[in-house]
This record gives sequence, C-alpha cells and structure tokens, in this order.
Amino acid sequence: MLFFASYREGVGSGRMDVRLPIGAKVSDLISELHSKGEKFTCLPDSVVVAVNHVYSEPVTTLNDGDEVAFIPPVAGG
Amino acid sequence: MSFVAIVRQPINPSDILQHVGSEEDGANILFVGVVRNHNDGFPVKGVRYEAYEKMAKSVLEEIVMEARSQFGTDRIATTYRIGNLVIGDVSVAVAVSSHHREQSFLASRFIMEEIKKRLPVWKKEFYVDGREDWTEGLTPPSVLVTEPK
Repeated sequence: MLFFASYREGVGSGRMDVRLPIGAKVSDLISELHSKGEKFTCLPDSVVVAVNHVYSEPVTTLNDGDEVAFIPPVAGG
Repeated sequence: MSFVAIVRQPINPSDILQHVGSEEDGANILFVGVVRNHNDGFPVKGVRYEAYEKMAKSVLEEIVMEARSQFGTDRIATTYRIGNLVIGDVSVAVAVSSHHREQSFLASRFIMEEIKKRLPVWKKEFYVDGREDWTEGLTPPSVLVTEPK
C-alpha cells in the first residue's frame, strides 16, 4: 500500500504491506484498515484508491502483489 | 509526436515549445503555470509538489491522448515539475500546435482542466508566517464509497 501527502502524514508511513484473504476487494481492504483504529482515521469513508496505477472501484478484486495507492484530493497545476 | 514528462529540474518553457509545431500548423500555444506569492489572502514563500510519479506519468499520457482525439492534433507537449519550488518557478507547461488557433486553445485548456481534476499530484504551501499546509484539492472522478460489511 502507498500513502501520499496528507494521508502519508496521517498514517505516519508512505508504504506498508498487508495480508488479505484470497478474493478480497478494495472495500475489504479499506474496512480492514479502519478496523485497525486511530492510525487510519485520516482515510475518509469515501476514499479514492488506485490499483496498479489505475483509479479503481470498491468492487475491484485484489491480487497478490498488487500496488494499492490511497489518493488524497489532487491539487496539481 | 506528443511529449509528456514529470521532472524535478526547472522547466524552460521555450524548450517545451520546441516539441510542437510543423509547417502545416498556423497556431502554437504555450501555457505556463507558475508559483504565485499568495493564496486565499496569505503570503506564500514557496511550495512543494508531491506526485505518485508512475501513475502521474500514465495519467498525463492518457490526458494528452484524449486531447489528441478530441481536438485533432498530435502536436502536444506537457511537462510537470515536482519537488520544492519558489515564487516564479514554472510548475507546469503545456504546448500545443494545430492548423488553426481554436484547436490549440481548446486542447491546452482541456489538458490543464484535466490535470486539475485527476493528476495524482499534491501541493504543500509554505507561508511567510511559518505555517505550512496541503492545498485543498479536487476528488478525482472515480469517487469510491466504502460499502458497509
């Protein structure tokens, strides 16, 4: 998992690994993180996630080795 | 002949313009975004751009491909700078050339608006009074709502 900008500062790390059951979806990962407590409260209930560099949906199934990035509201330009 | 780059070194806008233009084009447009010295009424002394670099490059390429398709020109160059920038530094440059001016104006505007909406880049502002804060951003189009278990 990758965390950027305000999410990285909130979580306290830019990168970490997680183990999930086979067939877990993006929504399962988000629920798993929220269940871990205060550290992940910076991630809103509505959060944008990219899987392997592509914006993805809650129903996206995760596979071993996927790179999941939590994307704060973007502010380029 | 499109050109896309995410860089850490200063951007020279005239270099970006060199990537576009042809004998069949009557219009060359160059948009240059620079760091300004204020935001929401507060004096700013500098900014830091952070990016999810691999994804930012592919999103920028995707935006340029959409512009090519919509506005009928493949002479497009876009460069985005990340890292620490000071007032007056160029953060982004977009150059487009086309047969007529309308396609270039529309394409460069489209690219900048899409960068604002979906390029995975974040800006931290450093204020003159010593404070620092992430600039409020826009949520990319794929808004994800977690589903209760």
